[in-house]
Order: sequence, then structure tokens, then C-alpha cells
Amino acid sequence: MSDFEALLTSRERPIVTAEFPSMDGGDLATVEQALTHYRGFVDAVNITDNPAAHAHASNVSMAIAVKQLGIEPIMQVVCRDKNRIAAQADVVGASMHGVTTFCALTGDDVTAGDEPEARRVFDIDGPQLISIMSGLSRGTYLSGRELKHKKELLIGAVENPFAPPADVRIRRARMKVDAGARFLQLQIGYEPDVLESFIEGCRGNGVTERAAVMPTVILTKTAGALRFMDSNVPGIHVPQSVINRIADAENPAEESFQLVREQAEHALALAGVAGIHITDFRHDGSLERLVRELSIGPVSVETAARSA
Amino acid sequence: MFRKLLPIVEHAVKGPVWDCQMCGQCVLHSTGMTCPMTCPKTLRNGPCGGVRTDGNCEVKPEMRCVWVKANHRAETMPLLPKSWREEVGHLRPPVNNQLKGDSSWLNLMNGKDSETPEGWQVSH
Repeated sequence: MSDFEALLTSRERPIVTAEFPSMDGGDLATVEQALTHYRGFVDAVNITDNPAAHAHASNVSMAIAVKQLGIEPIMQVVCRDKNRIAAQADVVGASMHGVTTFCALTGDDVTAGDEPEARRVFDIDGPQLISIMSGLSRGTYLSGRELKHKKELLIGAVENPFAPPADVRIRRARMKVDAGARFLQLQIGYEPDVLESFIEGCRGNGVTERAAVMPTVILTKTAGALRFMDSNVPGIHVPQSVINRIADAENPAEESFQLVREQAEHALALAGVAGIHITDFRHDGSLERLVRELSIGPVSVETAARSA
Repeated sequence: MFRKLLPIVEHAVKGPVWDCQMCGQCVLHSTGMTCPMTCPKTLRNGPCGGVRTDGNCEVKPEMRCVWVKANHRAETMPLLPKSWREEVGHLRPPVNNQLKGDSSWLNLMNGKDSETPEGWQVSH
């Protein structure tokens, strides 16, 4: 059992995961350099799979690199670019290098990216992929053929509480947990009451007990960044009042940080929330500042040791 | 002859009404009579996380999300049996692409539409 899996099970402190930037070439030193912003501050990093339908260094190669460099990778696998055969091959291949934590997503459509003329695959969908990964963890491919060397996998998924219909999102979270998801990272949202209802629903149907539910916060610096997400990222809605708050602030960068801090505190205070997922578009030390100020993730252990 | 004719008849009936894509393994009963194969991502277990705040599709902003529609209809459509309504929340297996173009009526009768790969397990 990995340290990350042990933490998901014990939930002895708030868990922190973060989105690792995608890369377009370089080498292990490039990855190591990028990891310095995360090492010691997060419990695991998400290795994305051609995010927003833009080609980047593959999820498999990046997950292996991060694992070799001593950080737990959560290897995302999306259904847009590969069929069921290729998806299984990637999971089994990565597991041979010690990558055992995976996150199954349906994925943004090809039209979200810079090659909208590409053929979309979607041979399977997110919930089916979770179930297929659970099969691999039990030692069989979807076909029923046995894996010669079985390796137990830790499987997670995502859900978007802020996309309609609200009640279906809660049911869908349960469907994913039933399929084998042990953690659920949530899409970013700027409506705290919507998050509250979702978490309440997930408490009611057993999701928060069976899976570590982790809302997402995104560190940005400007109102323009929020506007961009609102208009260009599928499934993200930023209310005008939130954009105005940053736009009208004397120090938009600081106000943006305070907004995220409030979001994180709010999320972590909800019963059933196991931790948070952080996407950092600032790269100015704000991630470290956030986890230190809230004393969450690995730094909370440091803090506890100091005060003991 | 029968095997060749049936898909033509089926498409003639289901095409205009449900925009049937002839996947050969119809699940309309479990989706509020809404064809999931008309979802641009052909999701059998939607809706995806890209649904817009107005309930429209991530890929085609002018189109109502197929799965928003399916869930709404599964709840509200008159005359649907209760078991069909409940099935909307069940995990549907991956599509068997070998059945595409076949008559789903025939595959329902011979049980082919409910066959799943040996490694497929619904609950874990």
C-alpha cells in the first residue's frame, strides 16, 4: 500500500493533491525542476492526459518520471484519445514502473483543443473505465484474459458538482464509487452553496465514507484568468460577481489568493471532505503559502511536530 | 432475408423518432427514450462534466445535453415502467462495436445485446 493510499484510508489529516503542469519535451531534469514547487507540500500530483485536448508529453511517461523522482503520481486516463485496448495497455504498462494510482475521466472533447479536426474516440466512458481499471486491479483484462503479474491499483475519478443536473451528479458520484473509485476529485466551482448540497448528497448516499472527496481550487492572479476559464474551459462557470471582486480589487493578485483561501477553508470545513486538489496557475509560491497558512497536506505534520 | 430486412425496418421506425444510430444494442428504455448514441461523445453513462449551466452540450452549444434530457425524461415521461425509470442510474457496459448496424430487436430476442465481455463486472 502506498503512503497515499494509507492516507486515503486513515484520513488522519486533510489530503492535498495538485495538478502537475504538462510538458512539451525536456528530460528528467526538467520534470525534477518543476517538482520542486510541489515536493513537501502535496501528497500526490495529478499527471494529466492531454488536458483540454492539447497534445503534450504522454501521461505514462510523465507518471513514470514523477514516480522515479519520489512523488506519488495520480495518472489520469481519459477516454477521448484511446480505445479500451490502448487504455488498458497504458495502465498495465505504467504499473510495471510502480505507478499504481490512476484517475479515470471521460475527458474534454477534441473541439476544446488546438486540433479540433482530430477524430474523437470515446470507445468507453469514464464510469466504464473505472470499472475496467478495477478489473485490472483484480488481475483480468476486460476480455477476461488474466494478467500474469497482478498489481493492486488505487483508482479514482472526477465529478463536476457545478454542472447540471445537480441530483444526477450525486448519483453519478455513487455510480463511480460503486465501479471502484476510492477518491473523487471535483471540478472547480465558484458557488459554495452548490458544493455544500453536493457534499451533503454524497454524505447521504455513502460516497464520502467510501471515497475521499476532494474539491478543487485554482490559484490565479487576475480577473482575466477567471474570465478566460469561464469562457473557454468546458464545465467551468465563474459568476460575474466573483470576476468583479478581483477586477475591482486594489491588489488583484492578493485578492485572488484570498478568494482561493476562502474557497479552500470553506470546502475543508464541510463534513465528508477529505482534502483539496490545487491547480496552480500562478507559480509564485502561492501553493506553498496556501498549504502553510491552512496547515494542510504534508506540512500539517511539520506544524504538528513543531508545536508538540 | 429477414436478417437483412429487419435493420432497415428498425431504422425506418426509430430513425425519425429517436434519431437512432443503429448501435444494435438499444438502451432507450433505460434512458427515458433518449438515444445516448446521439451524444457527441457517444456516452452510455453520461452526462459528462462539460454540460453548460443552461443544460446544453459542451460540444454543440445549441443542443440540449442528451443526458440532461435522458434523466429528465426518465423521471417525468408518462407510462414508463418504474424499473425503466430506475435503470437510468445503472452502469451500462461498453458498447459492442460488432453489433453496429444490426437490428437491436433481433439482438434483444437472441440475447446478444446483453452479453458483456468476461472481465466486465458491474459493482466492485
